Amino acid sequence: MMDMILHYEFMQRALIAGLIIGGIAPMVGLFLVVRRLSLIADALAHVTLSGVAAGLLLQKHVPLFQSWNPLYMGMGFSAGAALFVERFRHLHRSYQELAIPVILSGGVGLGVVLISAADGFNVDVAGYLFGSILAVDKSDLMAIISAGMLATVMVILFYKELFVLSFDEEAAVFSGVPRRRILLLFSLVTALVITASIRVVGILLVSGLVTLPVAAGMQLASSFRQALFLSVLLAEISVLSGLVAAFYLDWASGGTIILVSILILLLVTGGKRLFRSLAKGRKI
Amino acid sequence: MTESVLKMERIHFSYSRHPVLKGVNLTLRSGEFLAVAGPNGSGKSTLVKLAFGSIQPDSGSIFLFGKPVSRFKEWSRIGYVSQKANSFNLDFPATVREVVASGLYGKLGLLRRMKRQHWLRVEEAIHQVGLSALAGQRIGHLSGGQQQRTFIARALVSDPDLMILDEPTVGVDSRSAQDFHRLLGRLHREKGLSLLLITHDLQAVTDVVDRVVWLDRGHFVAEEDAGPPVWEEEDRILMASGDVAGKEIREGGVDAKSAHPLL
Repeated sequence: MMDMILHYEFMQRALIAGLIIGGIAPMVGLFLVVRRLSLIADALAHVTLSGVAAGLLLQKHVPLFQSWNPLYMGMGFSAGAALFVERFRHLHRSYQELAIPVILSGGVGLGVVLISAADGFNVDVAGYLFGSILAVDKSDLMAIISAGMLATVMVILFYKELFVLSFDEEAAVFSGVPRRRILLLFSLVTALVITASIRVVGILLVSGLVTLPVAAGMQLASSFRQALFLSVLLAEISVLSGLVAAFYLDWASGGTIILVSILILLLVTGGKRLFRSLAKGRKI
Repeated sequence: MTESVLKMERIHFSYSRHPVLKGVNLTLRSGEFLAVAGPNGSGKSTLVKLAFGSIQPDSGSIFLFGKPVSRFKEWSRIGYVSQKANSFNLDFPATVREVVASGLYGKLGLLRRMKRQHWLRVEEAIHQVGLSALAGQRIGHLSGGQQQRTFIARALVSDPDLMILDEPTVGVDSRSAQDFHRLLGRLHREKGLSLLLITHDLQAVTDVVDRVVWLDRGHFVAEEDAGPPVWEEEDRILMASGDVAGKEIREGGVDAKSAHPLL
């Protein structure tokens, strides 16, 4: 079965892109979820829409940008929004979550205006909204590989700082951890990961890939390190099985991947409850 | 002369023009166990933030181990247990061992990884607080008292000279709080740790601390060497209502007016 899938070059690119995103989205997602910031993924994804629209607009009207991948503009917009969120959280400590509707609505608003101003693009904007992993080209793949490498290096190098800042920010600061620099860097990497994931699952579904495998992994894990490993493993299973199913059933790849993630989450939650009730029954 | 580990001189501090601390002086000597007590809103936690340099006083000076706090860099010499320690995310998927290890991360610095000797130190700190059997458990699955012991171990793991505890027993049942204070007393005696304990429950700590200072409305209004019960019930009730200035501390015989400013 895999031989047939790997026979096609577009499927090879899709699998590589999917495996990279399946690794980095939950890796960043775990730190967002435990800091109760999972909605940021959604907000940054929506800002990416305006960046992609700006990129497409420039591609259409400015010759210099014709060979540019609009995803890079999306990354720039998303990174700017991530910096704004971090600054906003610092300035408005009592209403930190306000930053999310501000950039979410701002991102969609600007994106819609730019799309209408362009009066139609040559590419399918719906591909960015719902994901089109099967249409990943070499340029997209390069952007995804770059984001993947950066995110992996960041999490490996600053794992202990990210852990302590996620668990107890105040104690981390008092013990000398440079909070601002680390969280700023993490925000930028989050923006890159979100933008890179858009090609796989789309703007409207990206937060699912960032949070669903984490929600399942955290239930099974007995330590933080294990939660990280299990979240990545479950995301990879979702991406691979989602892609294969989408290929054979001719379904939308992004939606299929997210549905598999939800199925895994339900199985884990249900299985855990069943295991608990069985263990209780045994005790009685 | 005993070296001071923390010295605050004539500290004034306001939040949005509302004065919180008004000319406070405080000295914590090396090897001393000092409790700062006072009602809610008296400025106790503000003292802690000032000591760590996370907020700046309007005027006055703060020294840690003889150095101005703005130039102090050896943060691993200070262990910290916050009042928020009992309200952390209970679903956070970390083990006792991982939480205690995080107490070393500031000392290790960026880009340096935990080595075998660091993990041995983590096990030792967990052993010191009597949690060795629970080291692999998720912290959210422990009782409130056990969680507080975990946070003590996290503060101990970097082998600090000073430990600052900001209302660490809020939300913990009285028996666990008693055990917790005994543990602090033992660590103080055995390791010669300097301890600064912020609390609103004076009665609970008088048996273990060397000295108590009472903070009210931005002033230290009373000081007493701890030992046998210092505060009588009547005083305690008055203190809880914030009306203590000028009250005589009976058995210690210290007059609050003469004791202010105290240190």
